[in-house]
Amino acid sequence: MLDIDILLRRGQFERQVRIVEDARVLALTGASGAGKTTVLNAIAGLVRPVSGRIAIDGRILFDSAARIDLATHRRRIGYVFQDARLFPHRDVRANLLYGRHGQRGDGRAFALDAVVDLLGIGHLLQRHPGNLSGGEAQRVAIGRALLSQPAILLFDEPLSALDQARREELIPYLQRVRDEIALPMVYVSHTEDDVRRLAHVVHALA
Amino acid sequence: MLSFTPAETTAILLSLKVAATASLASLPAGIAVGWLLARRRFFGKELLDALVHLPLVLPPVVVGYALLVWLGHNGVLGRFLHEHVGISFAFRWTGAALASAIMGFPLVVRAIRLSIEAVDRRLEQAASTLGASPLRVFFTVTLPLAWPGVVAGAVLGFAKALGEFGATITFVSNIPGETQTLASAIYGLMQVPGGEAGIWRLAAVAIAISLAALLASEWLVRRQRGRERD
Repeated sequence: MLDIDILLRRGQFERQVRIVEDARVLALTGASGAGKTTVLNAIAGLVRPVSGRIAIDGRILFDSAARIDLATHRRRIGYVFQDARLFPHRDVRANLLYGRHGQRGDGRAFALDAVVDLLGIGHLLQRHPGNLSGGEAQRVAIGRALLSQPAILLFDEPLSALDQARREELIPYLQRVRDEIALPMVYVSHTEDDVRRLAHVVHALA
Repeated sequence: MLSFTPAETTAILLSLKVAATASLASLPAGIAVGWLLARRRFFGKELLDALVHLPLVLPPVVVGYALLVWLGHNGVLGRFLHEHVGISFAFRWTGAALASAIMGFPLVVRAIRLSIEAVDRRLEQAASTLGASPLRVFFTVTLPLAWPGVVAGAVLGFAKALGEFGATITFVSNIPGETQTLASAIYGLMQVPGGEAGIWRLAAVAIAISLAALLASEWLVRRQRGRERD
């Protein structure tokens, strides 16, 4: 499913990253500075590798040899950032629907009502992001990513900004997303506990 | 109470028309240039930045003269626009609007550029991962979040246009009813004996309108910030 072989440059250093995994839910771990987030950004097209190839389920997103470099908005990436990144000028409902722009009614894998139920965010729809708790904001961010009808979900330490109680609250939702949604997921974390509870396979970045 | 002569009323209304036109017409270009300077790196960026700021430091009479040479009846650009587009600037109120738009452009661009720079790029990235094209990211994320700065830029452009004198009078002269704005009407009154009363009345109006514009912009910006916090 995931076929990555890229050369990344960060400042002075170059780093070769090779990940070939068939598991549906893959955790990326490694010490801070190992480049976990950079790998997600490369998959999303927010960072351009020096060279190499990125393919998901056979779909090529980047291939320096073939001069392929899909723009971020064409990659069908559902990216859940560490810091939710909800749009402050739109209410929760408008945030959720943002990614559905220009998509046809049929062929959508995820519908608003189903996603809202899955994540338990029905009571938040009229609220503004500014007054959501960290856990609520992350659930909305996950819903927003799902509703953009992605081909893969990327999670960048979605629990790291939360205290222990909020983590415990969010983990069951992440497990539901994992179990009820047949999407490939890449989950970046440096917390062994999350990884054990969420991922099928762990890939450690040296 | 203030009572205005018909000529004074005409000058006040014309000034408002010229300033509003100058401000609104410079917004699209101001937003485009502000975005380029805030978000893009390209060859000649420093030059563009300097050119945009040029009216701030040039003698206004130079800007007015350049407009007269290029956009006057005998100017290359002026003749082309007149014959093929049907727009003419020389000695018309549209020329006054153009001159004051150019003089106010540095202020408009600066306010917009700063507000676009303040928009969190990570939100723009999030929008693009959700499938939004760069154009859609701009219109749904960047511009709405930079909106207070756009409003501030428009008001500054309006206030500056209201006060513009040198470039305007050089380019389009001081024709009552067509190009005689508040500023040039005051200047005209200074040239005749017994004009003091009129000067004071028009000066009071200029101060009142400028102050109201600046207060209105401050209020709009605060209201927008408050709304985002809700």
